[in-house]
Amino acid sequence: MGRTLLDLLRFNRQFASGAALLLIVAAYACLSFFSPYAPNDTYVAPPDVPPDWTYLMGTTSRGQDLFWLLSFAIRNTLAFGLAVAVLSRLLALAIGLVAGYSGGLLDRALMSLNDTFIVIPLFPILVLFYFVMRDRMSWGLLALMMACLGWAYDARLIRSVAMSLRHREFTETGIFSGMSMRQILVEEHLPYVLPIVFSTTMNNINWSIGLEVTLSVLGFTDINTPTIGVLLYWANQHTALVSGIWWWIFFPVLLVVMTFIGLFLLAVSMNEYIDPRSRLGRRAP
Amino acid sequence: MSTALLEVDGVSRIYSRGSLLSRRQFAAVDRVSFGLDADRAEIFTVVGESGSGKTTLARMILGMVAPTAGAIRFKGRDVSHIRGRRARLDFMKEVQPVFQNPFEAFNPMKRVDRYLFATARRMAGLGETAAIADAADVALKSVGLSLAEVRGRFPHELSGGQLQRVAIARALISRPALLVADEPVSMIDASLRAAIVNLLRDLRDRLGVSIIYITHDLATAYYISDRLLIMRRGEAVETGEARAVLDRPQHPYSQLLKASVLPPDVPSEPGGRLRADPIIPQGASSHA
Amino acid sequence: MTSPVLAVSDLRAYYRTSAFGVQREVRAVDDVSLAIQPGEIYGLAGESSSGKTTLIKTIANAIQPPLQVLAGSVLFDFAGQRFDIHALRPRELAAIRWKHLSYIMQGSMNVLNPVRRVRQTFVDFAFRHIGRPLPEFLDVVRQHLQRLHLEPQVLEAYPHQLSGGMRQRVTIALATVCRPQFIIADEPTTALDVVVQKGVLGMIHEVQRALGSSILFVTHDMAVHANLSDRLGIMYAGRIVEEGRTADVFRAPRHPYTTHLIGSLPHLGDAAPKQGLPGAPPNLADPPPGCRFHPRCPRASDLCRRDVPALETDASGHRVACFHPATESVAESIS
Repeated sequence: MGRTLLDLLRFNRQFASGAALLLIVAAYACLSFFSPYAPNDTYVAPPDVPPDWTYLMGTTSRGQDLFWLLSFAIRNTLAFGLAVAVLSRLLALAIGLVAGYSGGLLDRALMSLNDTFIVIPLFPILVLFYFVMRDRMSWGLLALMMACLGWAYDARLIRSVAMSLRHREFTETGIFSGMSMRQILVEEHLPYVLPIVFSTTMNNINWSIGLEVTLSVLGFTDINTPTIGVLLYWANQHTALVSGIWWWIFFPVLLVVMTFIGLFLLAVSMNEYIDPRSRLGRRAP
Repeated sequence: MSTALLEVDGVSRIYSRGSLLSRRQFAAVDRVSFGLDADRAEIFTVVGESGSGKTTLARMILGMVAPTAGAIRFKGRDVSHIRGRRARLDFMKEVQPVFQNPFEAFNPMKRVDRYLFATARRMAGLGETAAIADAADVALKSVGLSLAEVRGRFPHELSGGQLQRVAIARALISRPALLVADEPVSMIDASLRAAIVNLLRDLRDRLGVSIIYITHDLATAYYISDRLLIMRRGEAVETGEARAVLDRPQHPYSQLLKASVLPPDVPSEPGGRLRADPIIPQGASSHA
Repeated sequence: MTSPVLAVSDLRAYYRTSAFGVQREVRAVDDVSLAIQPGEIYGLAGESSSGKTTLIKTIANAIQPPLQVLAGSVLFDFAGQRFDIHALRPRELAAIRWKHLSYIMQGSMNVLNPVRRVRQTFVDFAFRHIGRPLPEFLDVVRQHLQRLHLEPQVLEAYPHQLSGGMRQRVTIALATVCRPQFIIADEPTTALDVVVQKGVLGMIHEVQRALGSSILFVTHDMAVHANLSDRLGIMYAGRIVEEGRTADVFRAPRHPYTTHLIGSLPHLGDAAPKQGLPGAPPNLADPPPGCRFHPRCPRASDLCRRDVPALETDASGHRVACFHPATESVAESIS
């Protein structure tokens, strides 16, 4: 897998530019560790200053230096997306592989659970969740909730691959070599599923960031932890666009768009790697 | 009467096909019986065309599919009653498969030696690395390879013939009493085929392993088998001593099968053997 | 002697891939020359990775990107009309295909459209080549089916309603309805059961004799070659190592590889011990120098390890690429 990624980086322009974009975003997120202010400090800078050399991205109406505030926000947003993706991937892998391998009754039970999660509407549930939790709402809790809602599609995808792997002769060889189910799933089947998982991880991060931004803008999350969405929420609260504080909206949106495009490019180039036909289509130089 | 290694006793396997409204049942295997002796190793061949149920029969003997009716007893124990991991392992120690496609029998992303080592560790119960490597080497030597040639290799680095030998070696590590080989040479190139077929015969004579050899190829069946069973659409149509059956088939289907085999030599008249052929009506293989 | 319908000369076709900057070259067809006369069945035998599939892809001009033709030519001569198949424009190629040059493939489902009746497939493939109004065209098709002992009712069937053998018969009818001069048959009976196989081979033989077409018949099954082909070419590791009249090749094979292929076949009714060939077919990305068979050859000498044997033709037209061919056959083929 590591080799593959390195090769993709060297020879696939889409992958390289996607990785570069994300690297910039990640590096910026890391700057938050050197911030002179705590994330929730307000009125530490003069309010509503447009971008200049002292305040690279200007300041907010709440007297925050947007450059440093945004670094916290993007860090939290990325961490959120990653947490959702990793958690939901683990769920999808476990359920998809086990269902595809076992078949029969267990498969049917897991897949009806799966289908339930595919059809239930996400947004109302998440809003409901907010109204139930209210002040106890935190981004960790929201990540957990979204991970529980975001595994179903990919679990189906993984199950279909696992089902075809189940009927391949090497799986039978594994069984007759005395390997346990866990060993077969982890050592024999997982390598086939990993590229798919990698690609869907990118999409899942995008999905969760998008949903988090939406919920936050509407105020249905913990508004005291700065994320991109929470930033936009406060900008809306202070009617930033109407009062001409464009930078309060522009920079968060720019950063989130960069993240989206970066992840999208990674997912697309990864897809190309998964489907060898598109690779062979290219002529050798 | 001597003790039985394997008794296949009136075994059937029914599948139902079709939608919810129009279910049709058909028997992939229909009341097949035969038996193998424990004190005499032999190659028992199951001959049949596609759809004859020979692979389903093999999978039932291996305990991978449960029969719908009848029973398969291995050393007196009903195979479909084996439950639990411990019991399954004990059974698999004695009955091992060899599959059709050697390129598929090993995970293309993994080194082939891992299957040998896994079998040595879990089936033969070996613990030390040296003992495991030793067991793998002994098994590989019995098929004409050695661990040095195979260690660290990926499937695509070996030829079909070599891979099939490794697959057979893996099956031999736990010193099984019975090998079930489903079309083990049909995917192997002609120049390597004879060696694999000879190997099966050699295993019977040297290691005393009984082999159920499943094939559609009458020529290799004649070449290596002691006894033989001809299947057609799930039913056993003829069984007996292999050479006797193939030299003088009694059942019309066996006769048709034998008559259909093209001998690998040039006929006196070009295309001579292809003439005067009955057009087989829809539904493929018919009565002669 | 009439001019050959197909003349392949010094054909070289490699797979060239560049996966992540690593160049790989698989020499699947290396300097192959062969000629097929009108009205003959030319059998091409070889194991997997012998290059036989690549050769017919190149001959049919079904060349997909990693495969490249580096040298040589493939010339067809359809009753005086000459075509260099690699120089044709797509439209010219489409005009020749099916009318002069058709295919019978291993998987009949590759040709028959699973969601359309067989009749529609006939219309799709052959209607514009026959150039008659539809009712007349269907009459032609029915007559053709009758000649091949197929019921005209198969036209109204969907492919899945037919058995595997019947589907393969339909594809043969489809391939021959335009009376092509040349037919490429790629393992057409390999997937069939023996009982069905014999009938299908009989049908191919019969239709070939009736139409006078030439067939390039590719299979690894030597028994099929013995019973069907007029001439036989043996491929090994991307090269033709022996070629001659099928009867001659079987009676007196001259290349050690051919000798082995024929000698190692178990016969029904013969339980005499057979020997396998040591070693394995070479990796065509890195073939051995000299004769590509030398690592497995019982007669290999230093010469074989160094030089590539040329395909020499003897007086009877038997060709063999070997420095140490079996000699007694020379006397036999002359006498």
